[in-house]
Amino acid sequence: MSEGAAFLDIAGLDKVYSSRDGAIVALKNVSLSIGAAEFVSLLGPSGCGKSTLLRCIATLEQPNGGAIRLHGRAVRDPPDDMGMVFQRDVLLDWLTVIRNILLPARIRGLPLVEWRPKAMQLLELIGLDGFANRFPWELSGGMRQRVAICRALLLNPALLLMDEPFGALDAMTRDELNLELQRLWLDDAKTVLFVTHSISEAVFLSDRVVVMSRSPGRVVETLAIDLPRPRPLAIRETPEFSRYVARIRQIFEGFGMLRGSHVRA
Amino acid sequence: MWRALHIGAVVIGFFAFWQLAVAVAHPPEYLLPGPVAIFREMASAPLWYLGHAMLTVGSTLLGFGAALVVGCLAAIGIVYSRLLENTLYTLLIALNSVPKVALAPLFIIWMGTGLSSKVAISFLIALFAIVVDTVLGLRSVDPDAIDLFRSMRGGTLQTLLWLRMPNALPHLFSGMKIAISLALVGAIAGEFVASQAGLGYVILSAQGAFQTTRVFAAIVLLGILGTLLFFIVDLAERLVCPWHVSQRARHRGAEPSP
Repeated sequence: MSEGAAFLDIAGLDKVYSSRDGAIVALKNVSLSIGAAEFVSLLGPSGCGKSTLLRCIATLEQPNGGAIRLHGRAVRDPPDDMGMVFQRDVLLDWLTVIRNILLPARIRGLPLVEWRPKAMQLLELIGLDGFANRFPWELSGGMRQRVAICRALLLNPALLLMDEPFGALDAMTRDELNLELQRLWLDDAKTVLFVTHSISEAVFLSDRVVVMSRSPGRVVETLAIDLPRPRPLAIRETPEFSRYVARIRQIFEGFGMLRGSHVRA
Repeated sequence: MWRALHIGAVVIGFFAFWQLAVAVAHPPEYLLPGPVAIFREMASAPLWYLGHAMLTVGSTLLGFGAALVVGCLAAIGIVYSRLLENTLYTLLIALNSVPKVALAPLFIIWMGTGLSSKVAISFLIALFAIVVDTVLGLRSVDPDAIDLFRSMRGGTLQTLLWLRMPNALPHLFSGMKIAISLALVGAIAGEFVASQAGLGYVILSAQGAFQTTRVFAAIVLLGILGTLLFFIVDLAERLVCPWHVSQRARHRGAEPSP
């Protein structure tokens, strides 16, 4: 994977937070290479630095050392062709659904008329046509997060960063959105970096799962998930799927985690 | 709708009780006239009352409008500039403890007894509420939304226009509701100190002649005006920010399916 110029290349990344109780090492020498159109999950318990890593790539945080290269160029400002989905949908209450989706175009000063059809198409793709002129508070949590995904996809970014996007949803809505996300990705493969603390969600969605551990936050192992796509939800009951889940659980247990269970399967 | 009927019924009940009490106890009219006498007084010179009322409303609206414009600009400056926060905002908070009504005579000295001194007092008394609430609104933005704007490469101007300002609107309106009532107080205070017209002048001159019915007529008019101005701001809020939590119950449509 790391041969040649990767789409996204992270090398020796360090991030230290200073707090009252001294320095907290959020990321220690994290290196990772991600290919174009690859779906990669960052998996680990809270405090393993997976969100910090994502935020460093988005330049929402500045690393203390190491380098992040996108298309071979060092990332300094938020990348132009990046979309981001947060754990909370962060829809703007005062804008209708369609205007929320059009926000990235508005911020860049692009003509909204030209992007409207694309926004409508995204809404339709994700099963929310007919909700274009509703306000966010009229929508359920799952619907809101769908709108947030549409917003991130509007300008057709090559890189999609997702920071525990389904963490606040109930299990069934979460399954549904996992399926939708897979479908969107199969339709139009983008590089996706997906932060989660659910082992089965990571295995279900990803081409590769990057397993992280904490204190200090670091990459413990990278696991390729070789399961055919499209993957139905029922794939989670197959022995192949269970082997991946069991393998990851062993890694966590090897680091003294999951005995008191920090990570959900 | 029910709320409006409820308030109307209570107000009418209050006047009915007042009239009844006056009819039974017969206090001298220079002490306490009944509502019927007050409304008869108003009806005897409607244009005269209207003229004075319009003048008071004029000072109020001009002062309020100036406070709105200056207050919003000042709030944006305070939020974006540490220097303005440390100087202007600190000064505003320090000066707010001075009762603005006490400054009215100064403005008469500086600006004369005409309209401008009333507008100035009205402006000054309304300004604080606008600035404080707008600063709060511009600041209380969801940090995640700030991150979102940064991730979308939104600059300071875009973040102000598309995030901070809409976010501040409900706060601005709650400031405006206080400010509009205060602006009316300011206008009246100015008219009390020195003037030849306006409802404040009507009250003061009628008091000098013990025309209590006329004093009451002006007070009732002020009550009506104050209520009207407040509801105009309230209506504007409903039109401008229908999305806000406080407004949602009013026009909740069909529940979405989950």
